[in-house]
Amino acid sequence: MCSNQLNLLAELPVGSRGRVRSIVGDDELSVRLLEMGLTPGVEVAVVGTAPLGDPLELELRGYRLSLRRSEAARVELEPSE
Amino acid sequence: MLERPPLTVALIGNPNTGKSTLFTALAGVRQRVGNYPGVTVEKKVGSMRLGERRCELVDLPGTYSLAPRSPDEMVAVDVLLSRRGDVAGVDAVISIVDATNLERNLYLVGQVLEMGLPTIVALNMVDLARARGLTIDVERLREQLGVPVVELQANRGVGVNDLKRVLAESVDAPAARNRVSPFPEAFQRETEHVQTLWSRSDAKSENGREPLPRYLAERLLLDTSGYLQNTLTSQAADARAGEELLAARKRLAEAGCAVPAVEAQCRYRWVAEVLDGVVTRPSQRVEIVGDRVDRLLTHKVWGTLVFALLMLLVFSSVFIFADPLMGMIDEAIGALGGVAEAALPPGPVESLVVDGVIGGVGSVLIFLPQILFLFFFLAVLEDCGYMARAAYLMDKLMVRVGLSGKSFIPLLSSFACAIPGVMATRVIENRRDRLTTILVAPLMSCSARLPVYAILIGAFIPATTMLEFIPLQGLTLFSMYLLGMVTAAVVALVLKRTLLRGPTPPFVMELPNYKWPSPRMVLYRMGERGWAFVRRAGTLILAVSILVWAASYYPHNAAEVDERLEPRREALETQLAELDVSSPQREGVEEQLVEVENEIAAVYQRESILGHMGRAIEPVVRPLGWDWRIGCAVIASFPAREVVMGALGVIYNLGGDLDVGAASDQDRLGARMRAAEWDDTGEPVYNVPVALSIMVFFALCAQCAATLVIIRRETNSWRWPVFTFVYMTTLAYGAALVTYQVGMQFF
Repeated sequence: MCSNQLNLLAELPVGSRGRVRSIVGDDELSVRLLEMGLTPGVEVAVVGTAPLGDPLELELRGYRLSLRRSEAARVELEPSE
Repeated sequence: MLERPPLTVALIGNPNTGKSTLFTALAGVRQRVGNYPGVTVEKKVGSMRLGERRCELVDLPGTYSLAPRSPDEMVAVDVLLSRRGDVAGVDAVISIVDATNLERNLYLVGQVLEMGLPTIVALNMVDLARARGLTIDVERLREQLGVPVVELQANRGVGVNDLKRVLAESVDAPAARNRVSPFPEAFQRETEHVQTLWSRSDAKSENGREPLPRYLAERLLLDTSGYLQNTLTSQAADARAGEELLAARKRLAEAGCAVPAVEAQCRYRWVAEVLDGVVTRPSQRVEIVGDRVDRLLTHKVWGTLVFALLMLLVFSSVFIFADPLMGMIDEAIGALGGVAEAALPPGPVESLVVDGVIGGVGSVLIFLPQILFLFFFLAVLEDCGYMARAAYLMDKLMVRVGLSGKSFIPLLSSFACAIPGVMATRVIENRRDRLTTILVAPLMSCSARLPVYAILIGAFIPATTMLEFIPLQGLTLFSMYLLGMVTAAVVALVLKRTLLRGPTPPFVMELPNYKWPSPRMVLYRMGERGWAFVRRAGTLILAVSILVWAASYYPHNAAEVDERLEPRREALETQLAELDVSSPQREGVEEQLVEVENEIAAVYQRESILGHMGRAIEPVVRPLGWDWRIGCAVIASFPAREVVMGALGVIYNLGGDLDVGAASDQDRLGARMRAAEWDDTGEPVYNVPVALSIMVFFALCAQCAATLVIIRRETNSWRWPVFTFVYMTTLAYGAALVTYQVGMQFF
């Protein structure tokens, strides 16, 4: 039913993983996200969140990355199977 | 044989790759630190020998990508492309990468390789990669990258000699072969198009001496922020240039390489090709100690608890360990003053040396142990990888005041002293955030305010409790700290919405592996920053101290002294000389003598330039409840806030050697203050609102020359220290005014 609904990285629960589909926008933030390796096709896992619930700790390309939720909302994921 | 001209080698890498450690391992401690003109980027140059040749090593700021969107970020690109007049043309580049994180690190390497310079990849932290179960086929990496790769453990100095040897070989090797561009053909065509356009129309190289480097042509296409376009294009050609770029980007989008996403896609594709067959990962992430530590340190409950405990530990040890050292420095300064006093004949020279130079510089130098301790802890936190975690833990809190988690540690350090706090802002790469943090850091109640609070609270706030259990004195002290914090939050919010307005900078940051801090690096960093402080602040503090001394010394004549006090002093001295050494009367006469001498000092002070200044500003400070004496003391404490108590000591006939740390002297000063009366009405000067208004003033004012000099150094402009002084003094005055006026309604 919602197979073609887009998932956002920001909505991914802790402990789960997804595959990047695209980055929204072409401003400084989206360039930064791309530079840090959040390119289409890359697999990313949500490892945890900071004690206050934000930012997120992610794992991708073999390293740990910290991202605010508002920033993770710019990352669209492939629909999960 | 003539020595060949010195070489210039640039060092570049991602943050947390051990770049500074490698820099120190290569260049030793002989480093020259300065600023690039017009930007806030630190310029660090060291020298080393490569066989027979002298070599200048230029440390470039740590970065994830060479995609300049601001003058600060442009520095590294300009250095690498030999476009800066103040750095010699670069002969070779060392690109340091983290072996545990090759994929992301090679992104930057790809950009560096496009500059066409001889490049060596320094593969650092190979030991950590092994611990993670990664196997790296270095030979294959070398082949696929097409440049030398050297394995390194920079923190232990392993591989540094290999690196030097390979570096010496590659600078002599023939120019690098033409590299295959990671970009598709359509993009390369547009790059060449831009290159020819700009080489022709670029008015900044009118005589046609330099065509636009290929890398900058690519960047012009990729940078949608408009920064590069404005930097590289003359105004006349601006409109056309913009159209050309837009048209080129449109053509690219149609060809399926939409800007800016195309760069990351192409570069990561290139990285994947380079790494093909190079890195073998275990199927499961190998759990190392660092991971378990990280789980604890970022845990909701334990992480917060450890963080709070750690900060408490840092702070208490700063005070506990620094205190005895500060006492020793205080004594040493006193002893030095005594020696100078004995050696010099009484007169202006003696006073200049003892009160101006030794006393003035000493009042700042006394904070050196605290500053060094903080630098030490900051270096440890930075080197072991916790700094990034602290920023991660505190980000949400700091976002509420318009900053990011990276501002937390600098602001926290400022509670001990704003100087290390301001210097610690270097981890904040966003210029607006960094400036905001620097500008509000001096609002945190530093340890120099503590003596001011302690004496005034002790003398005027009753030692009773509120609501049966809250001690009023403690509450007042806490309120002063709170006042600083709240004001800082408000000022930060206002600055981020007005003067330093801009989009929220991204908090996209690597959380690096934990590692043991290297003692050498920690000590080195502490020494470097401490020395920078002494050197930069020293001369200006000396100058300001001498000025303030001169204002409080000259003209040094007063009718009252000559007519009344001097004859009395002489009489007492004669009396003392006539008395037998063991005479019981001696003590009484000595006391009288000290009293007269203190009174003379007080009269001179009153008749000095400073005294006149104090009386001149009395109408200005009177609404705060202050008399001219307090005004005077505030002016005298411009170089360092805690001097205000010493200055009041002189004014109230207690002499200048008051030890404001000692309870007995605090009581003596407190008693004198309680007894002080207005010259005209004879009413007591001090009451609770006056004491509060002085405390509030000192909580918010910028009476610290050293902090202002360090702000000048860190921002590379006098504009910001002047701004800090003006806004803080205005705030301090306003808040003190409100405190006194409102307070008088209740007392």
